[in-house]
Amino acid sequence: MRRTVILAVVAALGAGLLAGCAEDGEETAGGSAGDGGGGKGRTTITVGVFGAFGLKEAGLYDEYMKLNKHIEIKQTSIERNENYYPQLLTHLGTGSGLADIQAVEVNNIAEITATQADKLVDLGGTEGVSKDAFLPWKWAQATSRDGKTVGLGTDIGPQGICYRKDLFAKAGLPTDREAVGRLWAGDWDKYLAAGRQFKAKAPKGTAFVDSASGIMAAVTGSSAKRFYDENGEVVYKTNPAVKEAWDVAAAFATEGLTGRLQQFTPAWDQGYANGTFATVSCPAWMLGYIQDKSGAAGKGKWDVAPAPKPSNWGGSFLIVPKAGRNTTEAAKLAAWLTAPEQQAKLFEKRGSFPSAKAAYALPAVSGATHDYFGGAPIGEIFSRAAEGIPVTIVGPKDLVIAQNLADIGMLQVDQKGRSSEEGWKAAVKAIDNALDQ
Amino acid sequence: MAPVTGTAHDTAATAPSGEGGAAPARRSGARDLAAAERRRERRSRRYQRRSRWYRRDVRWSPYAFVAPFFLFFAAFGLFPLLYTGWASLHRVELTAPTDMEWVGLRNFARLLEDEFFWNALKNTFTIGVISTVPQLLIALGIAHLLNYKLRGSMFFRVAALTPYATSVAAATLVFVLMFGRDYGMINWALGLAGIGPVDWQNGAWTSQIAVSTIVVWRWTGYNALIYLAAMQAVPNDLYESAALDGASRWQQFVHVTIPSLRPTILFTCVVSTIGATQLFGEPLLFNGGGGATGGADHQFQTLGLYLYEQGWVNLHLGRASAIAWTMFLILLLIGAVNWLLVRRLRKSA
Repeated sequence: MRRTVILAVVAALGAGLLAGCAEDGEETAGGSAGDGGGGKGRTTITVGVFGAFGLKEAGLYDEYMKLNKHIEIKQTSIERNENYYPQLLTHLGTGSGLADIQAVEVNNIAEITATQADKLVDLGGTEGVSKDAFLPWKWAQATSRDGKTVGLGTDIGPQGICYRKDLFAKAGLPTDREAVGRLWAGDWDKYLAAGRQFKAKAPKGTAFVDSASGIMAAVTGSSAKRFYDENGEVVYKTNPAVKEAWDVAAAFATEGLTGRLQQFTPAWDQGYANGTFATVSCPAWMLGYIQDKSGAAGKGKWDVAPAPKPSNWGGSFLIVPKAGRNTTEAAKLAAWLTAPEQQAKLFEKRGSFPSAKAAYALPAVSGATHDYFGGAPIGEIFSRAAEGIPVTIVGPKDLVIAQNLADIGMLQVDQKGRSSEEGWKAAVKAIDNALDQ
Repeated sequence: MAPVTGTAHDTAATAPSGEGGAAPARRSGARDLAAAERRRERRSRRYQRRSRWYRRDVRWSPYAFVAPFFLFFAAFGLFPLLYTGWASLHRVELTAPTDMEWVGLRNFARLLEDEFFWNALKNTFTIGVISTVPQLLIALGIAHLLNYKLRGSMFFRVAALTPYATSVAAATLVFVLMFGRDYGMINWALGLAGIGPVDWQNGAWTSQIAVSTIVVWRWTGYNALIYLAAMQAVPNDLYESAALDGASRWQQFVHVTIPSLRPTILFTCVVSTIGATQLFGEPLLFNGGGGATGGADHQFQTLGLYLYEQGWVNLHLGRASAIAWTMFLILLLIGAVNWLLVRRLRKSA
């Protein structure tokens, strides 16, 4: 009796294990055979994304399936891009396990375009794709040297400054978003000056900004040349724009204007919940995050004003690997998902700001306001920011450079009380080690 | 088996007699003999065949039974090990994993001058010591307590094992919150005692203590149960005679329990050392949003984390493979030292 039970358990576990493997294999292999998958002759298209990408959440898949009865869309998601991206590279390298459409974050797009272009479908000529609909720099970022456009832009991250009206009022700063915008219009140093003003009368236990590295990201995002130059050389060490960003951010840290937090950590979330910092540079996609983390307690307290200079942080692309099973249908879907109308819907539902400039004129974008942020006209604020964003030069190791500047160098200055020079040296050493093959 | 032989036997018997009907009568006796002979031969051949089968069965079946493990080991253990060794001699990037350029031992040579590697090695060692030593000592104590006749002993045993059954991710997330600088429970408790808030994550020692705490919390119960099992195998008369000689509880523990547990203690030391060398999940997740850096100053970046950072963040597969092999060699070294120790101990005992 006992043996039978044990055997049954072993068999069940074994079967489960095998089924698990098989299921996984099918999932990653796309499960996209034209004849199989959806059944009834329907074609299954798989989409691989990271995080809560928003396409599914905004109901775009459902809408497309309604319009195209023969298509079934399935999505797989990996929570963090740092896990998603290496896996995507591995799959591209082996030519298996790929979804028909894959998302790529802007910090990785240069590497994908430079090293993987021959494995990707050229989407530039796909029916329904119009180069003129996109912001020129967004289009250029996913176009290889020989002119193949391997990625279509989804969203971008034009930035504003999100601020707490209640804390501003207590510190004697204006609370009206026009007046707040005027405080620092055109110059990041004015933002620093506003911080000093805030600190002089700051409510107990509050800081002007969340973190120094958030400011560094915002300032670097406002210049065309960041870590690479036009020839693809790494120039961050000597680039005055990076130096300026570093110095401004380090000034915030050394003058004690930051909450000494690290972004996207539990402590940062707690800072939102407890209202311990007054401002944060917020790309359009961060508004939803702030709303989530500040919760009901923060309702009516947040507002958003234009940033000192137009600046971009984040955004994504869709690519179609040649190894996918339904490249034609996948390209069609990618074209549809990134068309201005759909990007406008994504903005309306999820706050991801369109990279298709043709969408800015659509009422869903131009007239958009945000209730949680005091009814701020976010469509107008972010469109204006988006149009002023310079054509950023992206490079293959942007992510590694940005991460080490923020999570090693600036974090040492902000949280460990190191001097600006020490922090910079530590960051450079880590980046040199990381870039050396 | 029986019915099959039966039928075979019947056909074997009838065939010759059917043939015999047409044959001259006087030779029938000899023919019967010959047929019987043949039958016996066949039977013995069958027996031989069967016993050959049996011998083969006995000889080879065990291999067949253990084969699945070795097949899996070859596919998921040995092959990756060898391939990693091969890759460590090349410059390989994750962007083009098949594009390998021979560099010889360069990846290993550069580790000697790589301060991040030495830092990681040092961190792995210190975290290993401050997590393994208290963990095994506490486990021994808990096992000793559980070895007494307790009411609800089963409950305590299960409770000791629950941290082990908790996922690293869930446990670490809770510990990150507890060790938080601004709103952490530990700083709150320290605050009650009048000790100022500690920035656990940013200090070298504080962060390593925090990471070790997670390890200790997760593995102590597991080791306690191993010790408990060993303790229950210690013959009771040893304790009785010790008690007769007037040994106190503590003396019994030191002079009877510990010596009897010596092989078990060695085993847990080896397993914990291997675990400590490969420490990865706890320091990775303790870093919150920072990924594999192990803190702003790499203050809790272990070898496992550094390997991960090189391979999966910086995308240098060759360099990562060299770190992996170095870790393997370090483990072999630890194994050798341990073996020598055991031999010395046995001789002295």
